[in-house]
Amino acid sequence: MSQIVPILRIGDTLLVSLQGELDDTAVIRVEDQLTREVARTGATGTLIDVSGLSVVDSFIARVIARIVGMTRLLGSEAVVVGIQPAVAITLVELGVPMGHLDTALNAEQGLTLLRRLRANGHRAG
Amino acid sequence: MATELAEPRALVVRITAEADLILVRQTLRSEAIAAGLGLVDQTKVVTAGSELARNILTYATGGRGDVRIEQVHAGERRGVRATFHDDGPGIEDIELAMRDGFSTRGSLGLGLPGSKRLVDEMTVTSARGTGTTVVIVKWKR
Repeated sequence: MSQIVPILRIGDTLLVSLQGELDDTAVIRVEDQLTREVARTGATGTLIDVSGLSVVDSFIARVIARIVGMTRLLGSEAVVVGIQPAVAITLVELGVPMGHLDTALNAEQGLTLLRRLRANGHRAG
Repeated sequence: MATELAEPRALVVRITAEADLILVRQTLRSEAIAAGLGLVDQTKVVTAGSELARNILTYATGGRGDVRIEQVHAGERRGVRATFHDDGPGIEDIELAMRDGFSTRGSLGLGLPGSKRLVDEMTVTSARGTGTTVVIVKWKR
């Protein structure tokens, strides 16, 4: 049985925290639920916290990138926060294209970035 | 120098379903820690293993195969080795499969070339009808 990943709503921001050993089904379900929650709540920003993931392989990375793309299509900004340094190094060497994502070191800086993105629209690219 | 087993035990994880990927990652992680690898090297070899195990689920006949995980040493050097095997259709053109962005299944095509970048040694043996064996080694630095 795959894990339940809760999605929290704080004002007009959604927060989802990916933790531990996630199987593919759980990741796909987050994608599905989050996309629906953005549409349902009209949240203008989403923080995707990955600080609890000690491994992100190309599949999980691809789904995270897809979630960001979908929420943007729905008119919401999304920021990926808390990528562990070892994971960042690994993703770059693996060759997963993540450069187009808005990222921040932690949730607090992520919120600051979300505010700026809401004001200015997300950066080009 | 020849690479030898550092521990007499080898752990074998069968790969037949998506949930097995987690067991592959956990087993690789614990053996990498036991072999003394640092956090970044652990993460790299676990990620490579996750890619290769996923390849088995995606490409092997019936999505079945296994991985043998063991601690190895070559003289003073210690490391972890993982041998992935499946009896699938085999890789028709290994050179092509090792190229970034090549995929027959609509993925990013990073599995084999990306994994190779994450480990110190990787060999792919495959032929039509005899399945595929991928061996990776990551040494403690």
